[in-house]
Amino acid sequence: MHAIICQTSANPSLFSAEGFVGLIFLLTIGLIITGALVATCARRLVRSIAGLALCFTGVAGIYYFLLAPFVAMMQMLIYVGAVSILIAFAIMMATPEEGDLPSRRISALAGPLGFATGSLIFAALALLGTRTNWQVFPREGSADMKHIGTILLTGHSLVFELISIVLLIAIIGALVLARRGRN
Amino acid sequence: MHLLNLYNCLDTYLVIGALLFGFGVYGLVARRTIIGMLISSELVLAAASVNFMAFNRFTAPDPAIGQIFTIFIMAIAAAEAAIAVSIVIAVYRNYKSIDTEDIVDLHG
Repeated sequence: MHAIICQTSANPSLFSAEGFVGLIFLLTIGLIITGALVATCARRLVRSIAGLALCFTGVAGIYYFLLAPFVAMMQMLIYVGAVSILIAFAIMMATPEEGDLPSRRISALAGPLGFATGSLIFAALALLGTRTNWQVFPREGSADMKHIGTILLTGHSLVFELISIVLLIAIIGALVLARRGRN
Repeated sequence: MHLLNLYNCLDTYLVIGALLFGFGVYGLVARRTIIGMLISSELVLAAASVNFMAFNRFTAPDPAIGQIFTIFIMAIAAAEAAIAVSIVIAVYRNYKSIDTEDIVDLHG
């Protein structure tokens, strides 16, 4: 009843080129899982942010496998290069001496309940994704950068301008918020 | 579906997206500090991006739309991270703590 959407259904051997690519893909998945585990479970925030950067690097690899090298490059630049470093700065500026080992008061229940919630949501989403018959549309148009730029500045130009305004307001707001209360 | 052919199948990417989302929700609930919750929310955003890119690669008619949407998600995530970091710094300046249990002036 349910057709798995695969581009090819070959069974490559480990020593062919396709098999080697598949091996690299498995390594990328391992990178993502390791990074997400460290990011959510490490007790020190510095290790947590290192895990987040690792996880984002794996996601950039996933984008490369999804035939979008431009988005992969943007992922490396924006997430690994900017957002992770920004959060690392926040950790350096706003962490008390022993603050990343917080005191335990009510958190005895938060860990198991959070794990239950996360795994339930994961199971539900994974089942939904793999059991649904996704409709495949015929491919029209290409994915090269020229096409992306044309669409970005013609059909989606309003969203593009709105995003730039949002970024401007966010930068000004961040400056105002961080500056307030400082003598 | 062979193990070394996983990168050609849509289901793999959807499961990866669900996994990232699950990790993000777990971190949002279980972390005690604001910065930890911020890190987990970045995982949730990455999960959304992975899903968009997967459907963009396998089912969408125009393969540029999903990439553009992912770039929009990245811009929103950057703005959100900047705002959240400045809020964290403001909270730390007032309370000398980033533990969510210390910031309970209203006892909510």
